[in-house]
Parts: sequence; C-alpha cells; structure tokens
Amino acid sequence: MRARVFVTLKPSVFDPQGRTIVEALHSLGYTGVADVRQGKYFELDLATADAALARALAAEVADKVLANPVIESYRIEVD
Amino acid sequence: MRFGVVVFPGSNCDEDAYHAAKDLFGQDAEYLWHKDTDLKGADVLILPGGFAHGDYLRTGAMARFAPIMGPVRTFADRGGPVLGICNGFQILLESGLLPGAMLRNRGLKYRCEHVCLRVEQTDTPFTAAAVQGQVLRIPIGHGEGNYFAPPDMLQQIETSRQVVLRYTNPAGQLDEDWNPNGSVHAIAGLCNAARNVVGMMPHPERACETLLGGTDGRLIFDSVINSFRGSLALHP
Repeated sequence: MRARVFVTLKPSVFDPQGRTIVEALHSLGYTGVADVRQGKYFELDLATADAALARALAAEVADKVLANPVIESYRIEVD
Repeated sequence: MRFGVVVFPGSNCDEDAYHAAKDLFGQDAEYLWHKDTDLKGADVLILPGGFAHGDYLRTGAMARFAPIMGPVRTFADRGGPVLGICNGFQILLESGLLPGAMLRNRGLKYRCEHVCLRVEQTDTPFTAAAVQGQVLRIPIGHGEGNYFAPPDMLQQIETSRQVVLRYTNPAGQLDEDWNPNGSVHAIAGLCNAARNVVGMMPHPERACETLLGGTDGRLIFDSVINSFRGSLALHP
C-alpha cells in the first residue's frame, strides 16, 4: 500500500510562509486566492496490503515523527 | 566542573561552547558525539547551536532520535543542568524536554544581530548569578526562533514562571519592535518545571569576550559554574 501524508500548520497557528505567498499572488493580480497555507507532503511505501493497517501505521509515523503535534495537524490518504 | 558539549552532524557552535567553557572559564570540557551514549562524567550538558541533521523535516526533529539523547534525558530527569542554545533549544523542544515549538521567524528573515534580553527568573542554574530584571545584550542568529505555545500551554508556562528570558528594548521594557522573531510573549528563553533544563535562542557563548562585541553571555556560564560550586559545598 501507499500512504500519502499531508502535514500543515494548525489553523490557529500563524503561517508566515503561506501569508507571504498569498501576498505575492495578490500582487500578481490573483485576488481570487483568499488564503494560502503551506505544508509538507510525504509518500510512504508500506509493506502491507491491508488498507486499515496501512492507515494505522501512517498515523503512528505521523504522530511520532512527521508532524509536531504542538503546531501541526495531518491528513492521510491510502491507496 | 566538567562541561559536556553534544555534537550532532551539523552542529556549528560546539567549538564556541567548548572554547568558552575550557579556555575562558578554565573548566573541564568534553565533546559528546551524537552516536555515543556516554556522557563522560559531565556535570552540565550543552546542546549547541547549528543545524543538526541539516534541520531536515523540522529543526531538531531528527536530533531527537540520536543515541546520546537517551542519556541526556536521564541526566535531565535526575536534575542535571542542561542548556540548549539556539538549535539546541529547538532540539529540547522537539524532544519534549521543554514545552512548545518553533515557527519560522515573523518576517521570514534569518536574523543575525545583538538583542536585548530581560532576565525574568534567577532560580535556574543558568541565571542564578543574574539579578531579576537585568538586561543582557547577547547575539542571536536564527531563522526559526519564533517561539509558539498554544494558549493553555502558554498560561501554564507563565503560571509556573518558566519564562527565563524575554526580548525587550534596551530599557528592559516589552516592545514588539525589539522582538526579533515574533515569539509569543517575547519569549527568548525557557526552563522546564523542575528548572534544571533551560533553552535559549540567543548565543551566550558568542558574548564572552570583548573582542566579540560584549561579555554579557558570561553571566550564563558564571551562573552554572557558581551553582555547581554551591552544590559541592552543600554535598561535598
């Protein structure tokens, strides 16, 4: 299985990079872009064919390493 | 007193810390390689500045898993004094030895300059020689020193007097214009609940010689050396 893990700063945490990007987009005329949040994306190759197991493993890895729970949250997709 | 200076791949202030301890303060000092598990009899540990493991993933996130960090944690749990400077502070946060996390600097710039710090607490081994409210001038050099803690954690930190240093103006007053990175509550340095583990973004080891533009950093070293002498007198 493959798991995709998307890590972003929590909504309550200010994202200075996202802010800078959205301001740059506005200066280019893309005023329709209301906000940008920058994050990180991980692809995990997992040695299992069980989707539930893959998701649990990805979540464990995300909790322990990929995301810092103080400032970040994550979302997992498995296929 | 024996200083143990932990060296991670990418540490770059390890020699400065070693130099300060050994050459300027005349103490024993040992480098502690990140793959080792022997603290070599150190009485105080310094996690120095730099870019441990290239700051991959997050600052300090990989260093947390280094073999040396097991003994460092045990040492800290037993009350041994541990000082994290800059990247060392980030490692202590990622390790959970101190609460909170670091974000990119407000303004996204790497800031390398002298800042003013107000000493908030003097009952830590690294600020015991200071006077509460004393203003120190010590340099910073970082891109991710924007300290963050969620509101409940922040309240807990303030209630238990864990903020050791704050960015202020030269008069020692809180002033957002003098907060170089956007840290919440202008937090520049922090201790754990037991007060023996301290993290700070500014670099005291770079402020121990007039040649380097100031000597206010000596106070941090004097504090821990004096504290150790005091504990020896109490428990010889």
